[in-house]
Amino acid sequence: MLYTILCYNDEKVVWSWSQEEDQAVMGRLRKVQDGLIKRGVLGPSLRLMPTTAATTLRKSQEPPLVLDGPFAETKEQLLGFYVIDVENLDAALGVARELAAANPGGAYEIRPVALFNPDPRVA
Amino acid sequence: MTDPAWIDATLTAARPAAMGALLRYFRDLDQAEEAFQEACLRALQNWPKNGPPRDPAAWLILVGRNAALDAVRRSARHVELPSDELLSDLEDSEAPLAERLDDSQYRDDVLRLMFTCCHPELPATQQIALALRIVSGLTVKQIARAFLVTEPAMEQRITRAKARVGAAQIPFETPGAAERAERLAAVMTMTYLIFNEGYSAGLDEGRAPLAGEAIRLARLLLRLFPGEPEVLGLTALMLLQQSRRAARFEASGEIVLLEDQDRSRWDRELIAEGVALMDKAVRHNRPGPYQVQAAIAAIHSRAAKAADTDWAAIDSLYNALESMQPSPVVTLNRAVAIAKICGPGKALEMIAPLEQRLSGYFHYFGAKGAFLWQLGRTAEARVAFDRAIALAGSPAEAAHIRRHLDRLIPAE
Repeated sequence: MLYTILCYNDEKVVWSWSQEEDQAVMGRLRKVQDGLIKRGVLGPSLRLMPTTAATTLRKSQEPPLVLDGPFAETKEQLLGFYVIDVENLDAALGVARELAAANPGGAYEIRPVALFNPDPRVA
Repeated sequence: MTDPAWIDATLTAARPAAMGALLRYFRDLDQAEEAFQEACLRALQNWPKNGPPRDPAAWLILVGRNAALDAVRRSARHVELPSDELLSDLEDSEAPLAERLDDSQYRDDVLRLMFTCCHPELPATQQIALALRIVSGLTVKQIARAFLVTEPAMEQRITRAKARVGAAQIPFETPGAAERAERLAAVMTMTYLIFNEGYSAGLDEGRAPLAGEAIRLARLLLRLFPGEPEVLGLTALMLLQQSRRAARFEASGEIVLLEDQDRSRWDRELIAEGVALMDKAVRHNRPGPYQVQAAIAAIHSRAAKAADTDWAAIDSLYNALESMQPSPVVTLNRAVAIAKICGPGKALEMIAPLEQRLSGYFHYFGAKGAFLWQLGRTAEARVAFDRAIALAGSPAEAAHIRRHLDRLIPAE
């Protein structure tokens, strides 16, 4: 079963980490990810730029409206996500707990994938 | 979750909003600061036990304001303080406050806080010191170290700045559109000043972290004014400049010129973010000086090696900048592009009329010396380089010019 782990945290906090702090967190996460890769659990994953780099296309009207900034003003922002392939929710929560131990703060939303299209550029 | 480092980062992130609101309540910087500090102390006691609040800024505002009111009451009647456990039970008390802090008020609070620090009556050095203390929350000790002065001297500088700001009476009403734009422009200038303090320092100097702090402040401004192209431009400009940080100095501390930098050491993530912000800015079709300077920086970032630089595009951007913001420094920078396109002779001609106005400017004589040297006029180049050394603002700048001088010796 495919799940996404959506990573939420206060970007004001995360994007004011010093380079050293950032590298330390990424290093700890990398270790967890390496373990997940060995177990054949980890699919694509990515980290997003801060919401200040975001643009929103409001398509409830014609023509759609282009707005600077994220879709919603929230206390915590979507900072990135993992796609994982595991047996069930318990296993997905287990993976999220492993990641959480390496990078505390904020929240992970575990959400099953309904449709997955692999990157068509990768033959 | 509740380790001290995380709490510290959360307090720092919440600081501008909380301080901005407390300044609006108390209309006094010292009182706002005291209330904020008290709230932080309580957070350090409270959050490890009860977990972090949903909205740290709202928590700090409420607790800070209550603590200050308690202090007044206590000194008046010795009424018992409410327990912190009560305050920690946030969900009821915090939500209505957060609602009242609607986005626009919150935005004006933070802008007012930042604008308070860059009041036109304050000299630049005081603006920077005050902003670092009040908005960024750096300790007096940290700021003193950054500016190589003693702690009491910096304390005095900040106290004097606060007194001046207090006397200046910045209005607390919601600003009109024109006033808001004026405040934003002043705050952007100050943010770029902070950046340059850090950027012009060597990697190991105490001031170096100020560049990162300025970028943090710019991202804060950008969240408040997401559709303001000049804020996008300013943030992009700083990100693109900061991307070269690791390549700008040799291990010995000497400056490495843009064209000699090891471009593999440029930070690709910062470049990507800077370029993404410029993409957004350009869509607004409202160019301004920060956007143009960011566009120039982006052209350098795009060139895989120095020889690939599109100097013609840089020249036309400097041309645009000259018309927006006429300044001899801009013309000097344009001359560097002209030297690449038309040769050093033409560039030298272009900067000659600037000499009087830039007679105290290190970079003028550095550039003049370089043009003369390229033309083989070594004796004149030596005179220019000597002037540059005398005007150097840092040991790294002086050392850089000395290396040019060393190269001149075998030529004579």
